[in-house]
Amino acid sequence: MTLNTQGRPSAAGTAEIRELPTISGDRGLDHEEPLIFELGRKGVTGVDLPETQVSQDRLGGQKRKAPIGLPGLSEPEVIRHYVRLSRMNYAIDSGLYPLGSCTMKHNPRLNEKMARLPGFADVHPLQPQKTIQGALELISELMRWLTVLTGMPAVAMSPKAGAHGELCGMLTIRAALEARGDRRKRVLVPSSAHGTNPATAAMAGFTVDEVPPKGDGHVDDEALKAKLGPDVAAIMLTNPNTCGLFEPHIKEMADAVHKAGGYFYCDGANFNAIAGRVRPGDLGVDAMHINLHKTFSTPHGGGGPGAGPVVLSKALAPFAPLPLLVHDEKGFRLIEDRGDLPEGAKPFGRMCAFHGQMGMFVRALAYMLSHGADGIRQASEDAVLSANYILASLKDVMSAPFGEGPCMHEALFDDTFLEETGVTTLDFAKAMIDEGYHPMTMYFPLVVHGAMLIEPTESESKESLDRFIHVLRTMAEEAKAGRTARFEGAPHLAPRRRLDETRAARAPVLRWKPKGLPHAAE
Amino acid sequence: MRYLPLTPDDRKAMLAKIGARDIDALFRDVPKSAVVSRAAFDLPDTKGELDVERALSHMAAKNVAAGSVPFFCGAGAYRHHVPAAVDHLIQRSEFLTSYTPYQPEIAQGTLQYLFEFQTQVALITGMEVANASLYDGSTATLEAVLMAQRITRRPKAILSGGLHPHYAETVETVAGLSGTVRRAPVTPGKAEDIASLIDDQTACVVVQSPDVFGLIRDLKPVADAAHAKGALLIAVVTEIVSLGLLEPPGAQGADIVAAEGQSIGVGLNFGGPYVGLFATREKFVRQMPGRLSGETVDAAGKRGYVLTLSTREQHIRREKATSNICTNSGLCCLAFTIHLSLLGEEGFTRLARLNHARASRLADRLTKVKGVSLVTPNFFNEFTIGMPRDAQGVADALADRGIVAGVRASRLMPHEPAVKNMLIVAATETNTDEDIDAFGKALAEVLS
Amino acid sequence: MSEVRYTDQHEWVRIDGDEATVGITKYAAEQLGDVVYVELPEAGRKVGQGGEAAVVESVKAASEVYAPVGGEVSAANDALSAEPARVNADPEGDGWFFKLKGLNRSEFAKLMTRAQYDEFVKGL
Repeated sequence: MTLNTQGRPSAAGTAEIRELPTISGDRGLDHEEPLIFELGRKGVTGVDLPETQVSQDRLGGQKRKAPIGLPGLSEPEVIRHYVRLSRMNYAIDSGLYPLGSCTMKHNPRLNEKMARLPGFADVHPLQPQKTIQGALELISELMRWLTVLTGMPAVAMSPKAGAHGELCGMLTIRAALEARGDRRKRVLVPSSAHGTNPATAAMAGFTVDEVPPKGDGHVDDEALKAKLGPDVAAIMLTNPNTCGLFEPHIKEMADAVHKAGGYFYCDGANFNAIAGRVRPGDLGVDAMHINLHKTFSTPHGGGGPGAGPVVLSKALAPFAPLPLLVHDEKGFRLIEDRGDLPEGAKPFGRMCAFHGQMGMFVRALAYMLSHGADGIRQASEDAVLSANYILASLKDVMSAPFGEGPCMHEALFDDTFLEETGVTTLDFAKAMIDEGYHPMTMYFPLVVHGAMLIEPTESESKESLDRFIHVLRTMAEEAKAGRTARFEGAPHLAPRRRLDETRAARAPVLRWKPKGLPHAAE
Repeated sequence: MRYLPLTPDDRKAMLAKIGARDIDALFRDVPKSAVVSRAAFDLPDTKGELDVERALSHMAAKNVAAGSVPFFCGAGAYRHHVPAAVDHLIQRSEFLTSYTPYQPEIAQGTLQYLFEFQTQVALITGMEVANASLYDGSTATLEAVLMAQRITRRPKAILSGGLHPHYAETVETVAGLSGTVRRAPVTPGKAEDIASLIDDQTACVVVQSPDVFGLIRDLKPVADAAHAKGALLIAVVTEIVSLGLLEPPGAQGADIVAAEGQSIGVGLNFGGPYVGLFATREKFVRQMPGRLSGETVDAAGKRGYVLTLSTREQHIRREKATSNICTNSGLCCLAFTIHLSLLGEEGFTRLARLNHARASRLADRLTKVKGVSLVTPNFFNEFTIGMPRDAQGVADALADRGIVAGVRASRLMPHEPAVKNMLIVAATETNTDEDIDAFGKALAEVLS
Repeated sequence: MSEVRYTDQHEWVRIDGDEATVGITKYAAEQLGDVVYVELPEAGRKVGQGGEAAVVESVKAASEVYAPVGGEVSAANDALSAEPARVNADPEGDGWFFKLKGLNRSEFAKLMTRAQYDEFVKGL
């Protein structure tokens, strides 16, 4: 036999587990990381570029006089800095991300690879059109998928995110009203709506009139109908709604608003629950944005970018903004100017420079082609099934405000089950962080007290859902049993404890400044 | 389907737990008439990776990638070299697949890079504060105009004739609803007399520099004229690399800077996603649109970052919010921040000098061609040439010779007869001497 | 001699001579949580009874403060801009928001007394 002559123990040992203060302040794989401005030096760079002498510049006397103040770092330093920062983030790739309303589903890597093909990533928006026929074909193909899946005849592709799509839709409605000489100004928005809905209506020059909810989580359709009148431009409804429920009277509400001469804007943020099974066009929708970064899985990227194409009904289609995409015998063509419009087109204007979020279009189409219509339908069904499984598995220990279900793709709970425990929705959600989970959406929708909105998506295995359910059940039981230490001041095990938001807002520090320069108060 | 983990057995077991007969029972609230079958969709079935890759690669191959030819398009989007580290880092799962950092304890990575991004944008524009990005330069310009209307409580915005026409149309579409938008005349290669248009109803003057023709504008006199009448100056920058060499708008009296950050880190992407940069003075911060990351401390006293001043935003203020924006350009901010961190002061200023030198060389080469004149006497990395013929025909003929020669001004301004023979041409560090020479030779052939 | 009245929107108003001082009630301040920002009206602005006169913000909420009685703003409590925490520390004293002149006494008389307001809050 060979002896271990070094006396080096190889078993895990029985040393007491305790919190050791470290010399560096770092802890194993967890590094504290300064700001990039606190790391760099002068005279170092991570990009080698040839020096050019600009002896006779043509800058018209506008040459920069003072240095900028950017730090200098080599490539290894920059990579280490951002890798360390990345490790302080939770991500869908590392765990279940049950944020209701946000749709944190798997982001296939094929989509990333496709978006980086030079034929898509390295083309300029104003290249001669004969050099970008493939890019226009891709947009056209995506438009076909979107219109077929929604059962709507037209789609405006340029909006850059959901809220931008809402604005596009509401401006289309405004243009359609103006075209018939109608100056309606009132827009009905349920109090359960995403904040973007009222904000968008206001930005498009409308006034907002809130519609109350019914006690069962649905919009009060009778109250909505009662508010309709000759001054109502549109209703803005989310369907499935923000409580995770399908509005059963959606068609009646659509018919009523049409009868009153207004339009039906649908917030399509929750299209992922019904895609491949239900076509919004069959429900009387006039305009609906589709968050490609939700339903069609372009990555959320820490807050963006997204894309928000808007499907339009026959009544609204002529008013879609520039640019327009047409296909004729000469190939695909972008129409960028009013002087060159196809018959019947009356665009209301332009949402942004160029033609939309091409990078997102490629990813979304890759997702659609991968799933196919059958896979999209299956994904919607699995998302709904998983949410109902969570609801069914937790409703006896947590409190579901709208009863037995079924729900659509998200399960809503309120804080009734925490009454008299001293634990709040916030404590409960933050304690999930210590268990290795991202919290669910909290305190939204506003129509439920202490709301907790869980959206598991179709991307979780049953084992993953069971484990999640077990953790939440146990947490709820612990809270009710008065064992609340884990909730107090949670999280305890994350890179940071709770942060002082009051301090951040009272005396805002919104940028780094070199030492010695005061942070000016307002 | 490779992305769906549930098995038929799982689904059965889950339905049993729920107490539902089948999946249709869960869609109980959907009107029966609205439920359609698979056959209702004239779309194909599931495909494997290989098939999808084949289909999309086929479409991609039909495009002329900028890197494959001598390429000189600018006019709001610029081709620059992006270091390999940028794309590698932004594809890390923790950045790519995280949500908006609403739970700061487990989102310090995003919050800290946004804080770094805000600082970088403030530094290069010479402004006091910047937000965590808007969609792109054009929507940032619109938001700047709406913000100026709120601050001054005045209705009118005056847009320089040198503002990118897509930006001007974006502004008119929305800011024209509640106020008035007036465009100054288009004067290629010259600054228009914008000061005379400012009156006591003017909320803001919007001036792009370098302008859409590439001309560098002197913002100081415009700022003075605007301020004298109580109006704000909004400076627009579509080529952010120019600020490595040019006086920043903040030093010239700009009140708001709206810029396109695409040149740093992001790439061309056929027009999007890009990253809107938005900076202003500290006293206007509560009128600002968009998210802000702010410094604070956690319960243990450690420095950390949170989204702050959120009461400006739609999820709290609803119809009274400063903007409806929610999703921003998060990952593009990260690409911008990493690229600019790699460049540093030395790399960024060197990159700017290199761009100016390339464009100067190109201008010298093209103006040697008979009949070609330089419209913009001062420029950074982009300029406009006048030719004896319609630029559309020239650009098409050059494309047939394998040279993507620039953007004809008439594509952006079809109703300005004066620009019919003008071509807007950009040169960056990606253009070689050979590219420049090939362009010059081909142009001479086409014009001969 | 001064008299204080209350609104169902949780403002208080105290009349001293021909000037009224307005703030938010202790109950409102507690409901808001830590006040982080106060937007005050400029002197000279005319507001009608129930009109929006100021904004008070916590981290997660922004609320309008309505004028309990109509009048012309004669002063604003600028100290709140630098130190919004005063609203939490002393809402019905040091944490006042603004003063009004040119009052309509009949509007004042219709507001709640302290006892009525306390009863109102109990019912919430």
